Amino acid sequence: MYQEVILDHYKNPHGRGLRDGDAEVHHVNPTCGDEITLRVKYDGTKIEDVSYEGQGCSISQASASVLNELLVGKDLADAQQIQETFLELMQSKGRVEPDDAMEEVLEDAVAFAGVSKYPARVKCALLSWMAWKDATAQALGSDAAERKTA
Amino acid sequence: MTQLPGLLDTEALRKDFPILDRQVHDGQKLVYLDNAATSQTPRQVLDVLSEYYEQHNANVHRGVHVLAEEATALYEGARDKVAEFINAPSRNEVIFTKNASESLNLVANMLGWADEPYRVDHETEIVITEMEHHSNIVPWQLLAQRTGAKLKWFGLTDDGRLDLSDIDEVITEKTKIVSFVLVSNILGTVNPVETIIRRAQEVGALVCVDASQAAPHMPLDVQSLQADFVAFTGHKMCGPTGIGVLWGRQELLEDLPPFLGGGEMIETVSMHSSTYAPAPHKFEAGTPPIAQAVGLGAAIDYLSSIGMDKILAHEHALTEYAVKRLAEVPDLRIIGPTTAEERGAAISFTLGDIHPHDVGQVLDEQGIAVRVGHHCARPVCLRYGIPATTRASFYLYSTPAEIDALVDGLEHVRNFFG
Repeated sequence: MYQEVILDHYKNPHGRGLRDGDAEVHHVNPTCGDEITLRVKYDGTKIEDVSYEGQGCSISQASASVLNELLVGKDLADAQQIQETFLELMQSKGRVEPDDAMEEVLEDAVAFAGVSKYPARVKCALLSWMAWKDATAQALGSDAAERKTA
Repeated sequence: MTQLPGLLDTEALRKDFPILDRQVHDGQKLVYLDNAATSQTPRQVLDVLSEYYEQHNANVHRGVHVLAEEATALYEGARDKVAEFINAPSRNEVIFTKNASESLNLVANMLGWADEPYRVDHETEIVITEMEHHSNIVPWQLLAQRTGAKLKWFGLTDDGRLDLSDIDEVITEKTKIVSFVLVSNILGTVNPVETIIRRAQEVGALVCVDASQAAPHMPLDVQSLQADFVAFTGHKMCGPTGIGVLWGRQELLEDLPPFLGGGEMIETVSMHSSTYAPAPHKFEAGTPPIAQAVGLGAAIDYLSSIGMDKILAHEHALTEYAVKRLAEVPDLRIIGPTTAEERGAAISFTLGDIHPHDVGQVLDEQGIAVRVGHHCARPVCLRYGIPATTRASFYLYSTPAEIDALVDGLEHVRNFFG
């Protein structure tokens, strides 16, 4: 479960700290007390920044770092595809073996595949992603944030 | 192997608990240190449960056939066992519930619907403490919100004990009920019952004691305790889940109104109104957890055959050893009393900056089961400025070798995240 990639992100998080944003959300995982405050900044539909501050386990903190690395600079539609692929992986109960296509989309986030086997920890990995989705809906309005599936 | 004075013969005892032989994660020996969450079940209880279902299963208090009579005798026999176990003056003071949470909710609801002199209303106050399990906080918050009563509480000292320095201001003439935990599930603290009860009695307030972490681990005598209500649960004391107990003083149970209505709890019913059965049945609406009560009776037989005083001595010796060994782990901070005095066998701690979920996960990979999180006592975590803790908790079958395994496991955790 604790892949080297995850530990690296945990020890050296990307983009941590709160910066200027269009919307801010605060999400908690009530079962373990993990918390994240997350802000998004958009330039049109391009993600200019995702900044965050939080406390929690290595999985939740590393996941926020990976999110920042993956999503900043992306267009909303691409980011939503990444988010949905990550969600699918995390809800797979360990049954999805990431293939090349998935790895291409998720990059470092495929390291969380092992976490999906631990139901108690899936919420930790998803905390920042759910916060991002929520913040995006607030920043752009829920219509724009709903994925326009191609 | 470490020998400590006062230890039980765990080698023999552990043979009663098949699950303790289990291996997890491809060959890791299970080290079960989550007994404050739930205890394991001995064969003696498992046998009684399966015999009940194989031989005696029926609904209670209604049939005239053999099985119904046997099931009723077994169910009511379990009530006798509980009454004797807690030295209740009368078996009619023992109410079966589904767990301690339900027991505490029952007390809150009795008082919310009661007439004078028991009624909790907007002119009265409810007192709890900052170290309560959520099950002894939320029912009182609900009662306070619904009645307008004021909710007050005792704070905590830095070393994990109740701060009773303001006891005369917290418990006043307006106080109707004081509800507090005998042994904290997160801090391990054993609370000074007498001081609190004396003050409550001075002002005429009722006292409810949450004994969930006490009943499994030490002799419990409701008469010497002098409380008005005592709540505990079966699954933490070698019994099945789904069975809890509320003990209450008989005259109170006679005076106070029922909470749940239904079958079993009535005397007569017409379409306009009903009269109620005497306690305890007044508070046991519907088909009760019959097999579970019988299982709890078997658990009580099991614990009594060992002796609650001997179990207490065993856990005290283990706790002394554990606090000493844990003190050797760098960056480990015990949240709660740091000695074994006036302390139960649940020990919470933090380990540097490593999140308890990570501690618990890496311990689990080594076969060591602990609880992580806020232990349904989030106000305690807030009080000590921590998001969560890791908690190891022991029982009659726990051994010094398991504490050694925990300490070695924590060393591994430190290296892993270091």
